[in-house]
Amino acid sequence: MAKDVAVIGVGQTYFVRGYEGSIRELAFEAFREAMQDANLTAKDVDASIFCSAPEYDKQRSPAGVLAEYLGLVPQPTFYVETVCSSSTVGVKIGYSMIKAGLHDIVVVCGFQKMSEITSAESQERMGRGGDIQWEAPFGTMMPAYYALYAQAYLAKNGLTLDDLRDVRVKAATYGQINERAVYRKGVKPADFDPSNPDAKMAGPVASPLRVGDCCANADGASCIILANAEKAKIFQKKPVWILGIGAASEVVNMAARPDFSKGLQVAKAAAGVAYKMAGVGPKDISVAEVHDCFTIAEIMAYEGLGFAPEGDGKSLIREKATYKEGKIPVNVDGGLLSKGHPIGATGGSQIRTIVLQLRDEAGPMQVKDPQIGLNHNIGGVGLYGNVTIFGRD
Amino acid sequence: MGFDKFGRKSFTSFTKTGKFVDLLAEGRVEGTVCKQCGAKYFPPRADCAQCLSKEMDWFELPKKGTLETFTTAMYAPFGFEADAPYTMAVVDFGAGIKAFARLSKDFADPKIGMDVTVRPLKYDDGQITFEIAKA
Repeated sequence: MAKDVAVIGVGQTYFVRGYEGSIRELAFEAFREAMQDANLTAKDVDASIFCSAPEYDKQRSPAGVLAEYLGLVPQPTFYVETVCSSSTVGVKIGYSMIKAGLHDIVVVCGFQKMSEITSAESQERMGRGGDIQWEAPFGTMMPAYYALYAQAYLAKNGLTLDDLRDVRVKAATYGQINERAVYRKGVKPADFDPSNPDAKMAGPVASPLRVGDCCANADGASCIILANAEKAKIFQKKPVWILGIGAASEVVNMAARPDFSKGLQVAKAAAGVAYKMAGVGPKDISVAEVHDCFTIAEIMAYEGLGFAPEGDGKSLIREKATYKEGKIPVNVDGGLLSKGHPIGATGGSQIRTIVLQLRDEAGPMQVKDPQIGLNHNIGGVGLYGNVTIFGRD
Repeated sequence: MGFDKFGRKSFTSFTKTGKFVDLLAEGRVEGTVCKQCGAKYFPPRADCAQCLSKEMDWFELPKKGTLETFTTAMYAPFGFEADAPYTMAVVDFGAGIKAFARLSKDFADPKIGMDVTVRPLKYDDGQITFEIAKA
């Protein structure tokens, strides 16, 4: 396992509804925390990468504006986009630039201010993350796309709506102890019971998915600072090393997808590459962050990452194996379901959680003595798959 | 006919496969097949990703496929609100050909694996699309 590139600083804003500031101020909050974490000044930074999904705010080419506000001019900067996995891909690009010897220290900042537009407009933008020529004309949106997978998966694999409910109950268990999460309330099984008039999670969205199966929009930013081994030793007494990076793509159009009951193929492909590069397997992972934009996505992730055999992701949630005390803790920061999903900030937020876990600094969310952590960040409807593996010093 | 006529609301004005809309108007739902290597595509493509050819023919979708998966959306994105709820689905025709579309409005009680077909649909405002109906 090569220890060439480390995470030396992490930062994240509170994920909120209706952030009272502009995108540059939002990004600065995450940047400030990461810079203070690594004890850096702007002149130590060699380059910056900004990551978001376009069309939520009006700023075109945001990298220049944000680099200026963060005080990172005249160093090189640019913009990276793979919708929901933008900032994990930003970290991959930063890793590559450092590994190639172009730069010593790179700032990767993901941001999204979703509250600039209405929820229906947001659904339309996300739908257009699919195929605008052949699918958006039918009125597609993210919950419906993931619901196509859920419907086929449930029919074949014996997963039940109660299992999906229990994924949300788990997320809310940890959302309550993550002060940065947008959804801080607990969720009880009764909240999904359609016969209960107060069931806030039971309303149908896109069958079989209900309100409680869907993550919330939020405003937020994340910042990950990467360094080569020499600088990592100078600036961070607990560097967290990037051990493996895997990525893959899938055809966009639903009409060209393989069997919907088998989950997202990009996750499997990306995980295979990342495990091989890191020289580890699923059993070596101490703590994981997976892309639970919908409850079904977490179950599919268990299988895509090899934590459970194909078709048997349900066993992990039924046995509570993915709780903090379980054999493979997953999303013990509340995940996207409770933390919220500010598109461009999400990957960096997941990576921050893994880094804090590996530094034993995750507070009430801390798992016991983790050695290797993993982040699984999916862009679009299984369009871009990204798996990154991290290890402690 | 321009491709802005396709679907409930089109996001694309021009495509080299614009004839698709004319074929819908004639009552046919067709994909493209590469004249050089025989690769079949639905939705249609103007270029073959298998052999790089740009010589394509049209072929009609099989009359019968099976319903692979579906979802009923209770809410709709901006611009589609008046249609909700509606059901979207994937049909598997076999041999690697599938189609994504809405189910017809009168399609009751969809079930995975049931026999279905696709057919053109004209909206009152002049838009034209295709939908999935029971076979």
